[in-house]
Amino acid sequence: MKSLLGALLLTVIVVDVARAIDTEPPLPDPQQQARYEALIHELRCLQCRSQSLADSDVSLAADLRREVRGLIAQGKTDDEVKDFLTARYGDYVLFRPPLNARTWVVWFAPAILLLAGGLIAWRVVRHRSALVPGDADEVESAEDPR
Amino acid sequence: MKARFLVPAALIAVLFGFFWYALGGDYDPQLIESPLINRPAPDFVSPALADPKQAVSLKSFRGQPVLVNFWGTWCVGCREEHPQLLEIQKVTTIPIVGIAWKDDHAAANQWLAEFGDPYRAVATDDDGRIAIDWGVYGAPESFLVSAEGKVIHKHVGPMSLEIWRKEFLVKVNAERGP
Repeated sequence: MKSLLGALLLTVIVVDVARAIDTEPPLPDPQQQARYEALIHELRCLQCRSQSLADSDVSLAADLRREVRGLIAQGKTDDEVKDFLTARYGDYVLFRPPLNARTWVVWFAPAILLLAGGLIAWRVVRHRSALVPGDADEVESAEDPR
Repeated sequence: MKARFLVPAALIAVLFGFFWYALGGDYDPQLIESPLINRPAPDFVSPALADPKQAVSLKSFRGQPVLVNFWGTWCVGCREEHPQLLEIQKVTTIPIVGIAWKDDHAAANQWLAEFGDPYRAVATDDDGRIAIDWGVYGAPESFLVSAEGKVIHKHVGPMSLEIWRKEFLVKVNAERGP
């Protein structure tokens, strides 16, 4: 029984490898191949938005993988490859958007909100701790005249 | 203390502003803005669909605006778009240049023979390189190129006579100046 399960598992693994999306042979230079594999995981497939070029089997993704592979084989750096794609498709192809005039709000919003919240909390706590027990009613009636 | 309520009221107003923008008519979250707008159109010289011995070059159209349209017989939206392109071609002198994007030449020629040919010329893009240079991600896509060879507008999805009039002609006229 165990050996049967093992055989089944092996079959699944072998079949799965055979079904790999990127069917091209690896680049001759293993270092370039490693850079290629890292890059295609960082780049978005624009036809199937939430998938990377590495995960997508649509023909546009295959074409873009071919371009990336070609540029790396020509000796282009990772940044040059990314520039090639953003010049055509915009920053949206990058899964990690760059920090620029359009995106700074998103990058800094958590820090700004945390600071603002901290400031408010600090003021409230300081205000409360400055009160003598029994003063609370007085403050409330002063701020909320009813 | 009225001022106490002004701050949350202002914050809610800002929030409603965001909602108004995001849920309102003109904002399409699926749209990817093209970085090509107001940049020189990527040139191409490619064998013509009608006769592979002839070449279609974008540069040869310089001096007049051009509508560049990426299509394919495998593309459902293109079938919907095709009669509209024929209508557009009837009402304008601006040439429509087609790019047969990764298509079978025989099938594409058959399509034009069957449904009519709105194109001044059709260039073939067998390996998809022209489409990549233009940042195309889903056919049909249409680009307006100015007389000086600058991309001045892009439309993703099927074209229509109405879109042509409302979005494209406005840009052509603005480019021509007063």
